[in-house]
Amino acid sequence: MSEHDVLNPKQMPLNPEKATLEGKNKFIGFWFFLGGETVLFASLFGTYLALNGSTNGGSSSQELFGLELVFIMTMLLLTSSLTSVYAMYHMKNNEFKKMQIWLGITVALGIGFLCFEIYEFYHYIHHYEFTMRSSAFGSAFYTLVGFHGGHVVFGLSWIIALMIRNAKRGLNLYNAPKFYIASLYWHFIDVVWVFIFTVVYLMGVL
Amino acid sequence: MSTMVANNKRSFGSTLWDYLTTVDHKKIAILYLVAGGFFFIIGGLEALAIRWQLVKPMNDFVSAGLYNELITMHGTTMIFLAAMPLIFAFMNAVVPLQIGARDVAFPFLNSLGFWLFLFGGIMLNVGWITGGAADAGWTAYAPLSTTSPGEGVDYYVLGLQISGAGTLIGGINFLVTIVNMRAPGMTYMRMPLFTWTAFVASALILFAFPALTVGLFLMMFDRLFGSGFFDPNMGGNSVIWQHLFWIFGHPEVYILALPAFGIFSEIISTFSRKRLFGYSAMVFATVLIGFLGFMVWAHHMFTVGMGPAANSIFAVATMAIAIPTGIKIFNWLFTLWGGNIQINTPMLWSLGFIPTFTLGGMTGVMVAAASADYQFHDSYFVVAHFHYVIVGGVVFALFAATHYWWPKMFGKILNDTLGKVTFWLFFIGFHLTFFIQHFLGLMGMPRRYWVFLEDQGLDLGNAISTTGAFLMGLGTIVLLYNIVVTSVKGEKVGSDPWDARTLEWAIPSPPPFYNFKQLPLVRGLDPLWIEKTEGRKGMTPAEPISDIHMPNNSFLPFVMSLGFFIAGFGFIYQKYDLVWLSLVFIGMGIALGAMLMRSVKDDLGYHIHKEDLVKEAKE
Repeated sequence: MSEHDVLNPKQMPLNPEKATLEGKNKFIGFWFFLGGETVLFASLFGTYLALNGSTNGGSSSQELFGLELVFIMTMLLLTSSLTSVYAMYHMKNNEFKKMQIWLGITVALGIGFLCFEIYEFYHYIHHYEFTMRSSAFGSAFYTLVGFHGGHVVFGLSWIIALMIRNAKRGLNLYNAPKFYIASLYWHFIDVVWVFIFTVVYLMGVL
Repeated sequence: MSTMVANNKRSFGSTLWDYLTTVDHKKIAILYLVAGGFFFIIGGLEALAIRWQLVKPMNDFVSAGLYNELITMHGTTMIFLAAMPLIFAFMNAVVPLQIGARDVAFPFLNSLGFWLFLFGGIMLNVGWITGGAADAGWTAYAPLSTTSPGEGVDYYVLGLQISGAGTLIGGINFLVTIVNMRAPGMTYMRMPLFTWTAFVASALILFAFPALTVGLFLMMFDRLFGSGFFDPNMGGNSVIWQHLFWIFGHPEVYILALPAFGIFSEIISTFSRKRLFGYSAMVFATVLIGFLGFMVWAHHMFTVGMGPAANSIFAVATMAIAIPTGIKIFNWLFTLWGGNIQINTPMLWSLGFIPTFTLGGMTGVMVAAASADYQFHDSYFVVAHFHYVIVGGVVFALFAATHYWWPKMFGKILNDTLGKVTFWLFFIGFHLTFFIQHFLGLMGMPRRYWVFLEDQGLDLGNAISTTGAFLMGLGTIVLLYNIVVTSVKGEKVGSDPWDARTLEWAIPSPPPFYNFKQLPLVRGLDPLWIEKTEGRKGMTPAEPISDIHMPNNSFLPFVMSLGFFIAGFGFIYQKYDLVWLSLVFIGMGIALGAMLMRSVKDDLGYHIHKEDLVKEAKE
């Protein structure tokens, strides 16, 4: 039996992402990686909390933040997490087309989020002259939220690359783990945003 | 592709290409050993220059500025570019074999981890030739580091960022390998102690390194992009760097020390002909040390002014670590007790380690007492303490492991007489160098000063200390000579030259590239020993001979690391001229392009066919 036959069984198993040793390794390895990412963001949150009052005479969080825009961004990203769950549900049922559609919706929502974030940064820079160099608060804000935005960009590129690469050949036991861990990454980005929403924006406007 | 190439003489070019593209954990181990050994020698030469400057009062061997660069690069090189890669060398060489696996979980990432480390290490040292290496101490405290002129500290930041990413990748790889790839019957509580300590150290890497990553990013932004994290003029706070650095930095001590404990546990058990005393207590102590290692970072910052409450909590937590460490010391002693002890080079290092490390632990409890630490802080007492722990613990272990596992890695035993010469030179040299430094520190000699005045009672002590350092250098030269002699003249040995206990000794030395022809059936702790005591020659196989799946070699890890390396220069020099940003785009383009290629190009590996394995067995 060749590698090709092993990876393309007649009947897909219930959890195709964990059906091979490589898949199992990726699954658990990625969870470990997310553990490290948690420490990374915890360090950034700690830094932000230490510096969020250090405005150096410039704009403060109360002047800058408005919850309307952030609410829309939150809804977009939370919904995109839900649609990625639908995509994984269809992956487990071996319905490749439906998975691609839901991943497409996930990507669209993610891009929407990103556009709002870029607009937000643009707004702060041009209307408030609030940049990374204006104060320690500015440095901490752009670094924390920017790291999250960077993760969004990377996650979107990753999912799009997977969708294009596998568009013609459908699911198999080689690419199923890839789709699965990309969706895990997307969930993680979403969880981090929940904390950013709370710690940066909600606590910022109060 | 599944042909079995006989080990004929190969051209230099093909060997080089093989090592540049290899994903075999045994070859990556050799790469780590060579690169780590190289940086160990660089760091050692820096140490000798430091000691030569301090051999007499008001010496002018090096300038104050160069001295700062020397101490910074000595510490950074020894921790990040020598000790860690050498630990990784032995983890790579041994852990997959000890758990009965054919490779690590992610062979490609294993290679990527190595090349990131190497390029990061080179980056750190580039400063030497471009007008000054990092000079803010290995801890790079802000604002000293953020205001240090030139590019030295930039190289420190970017170099550590790149090599740190490699270490993180390596840590995740070993975690998954140990969780998922154990042979049938190899339960967690049957794993050799070196594997256990590698496991806990990998978990520490996973949770400690991201804090350093963030700290380095903040420093990079402050130095290169004008942010103000550590700049009080912009409302920043320089103590944040200290917290982030030590949240990483203290677990780092255990990342180095735990595998060292594992190495000694293997050696002491093997050469006492006894199973390790209190195995489960040793595992428990390892995990406990790993856990407590995260609770104590602020003991490096007692004099910052955190207040008596915080200082007390961190002091008590720190002293608590002495308990599991004490458990370990006693378990080693009880393993020796009543054992059939054979004293050879690895065992000498182990026996030298126990009292040396205990001394380092005792002074550790002393500096953990926050009130007393106000006296010890930034004096040579601290320098003596951490060298007793890191050299007496980690470097001794690396020397021991080199002698112990050399036959497994290269098929030849290092000359035992030369090994003993190395030990005595290094052991005596070490204590001459550092024991006296306790007293120099207590007499008030501060660390990191490039000169001291005469007639302060420091002259003789410093001269003795320098003498010892050169003895250590001599010991290292004897080891290098030993390696050359053994490689040229040494005789080939069989699979189990030490009459040892664990799985790596059940397969040929050096092992075939697929490690185990048939995965072994593990029936208890010290599996090979169990089989031997029951009269069998080797392990009982757990499976019939069948096709073995192997990963393909890949050049992409090298390309990705090179990409980040190039981008690093762009990030640094754009502070002078934005034209350099083009290097960032080129470098990141190479790295990300290679990542995309890795993602879209299927890499299914290949199979070694059953027939070939059977044929090979008959030859």
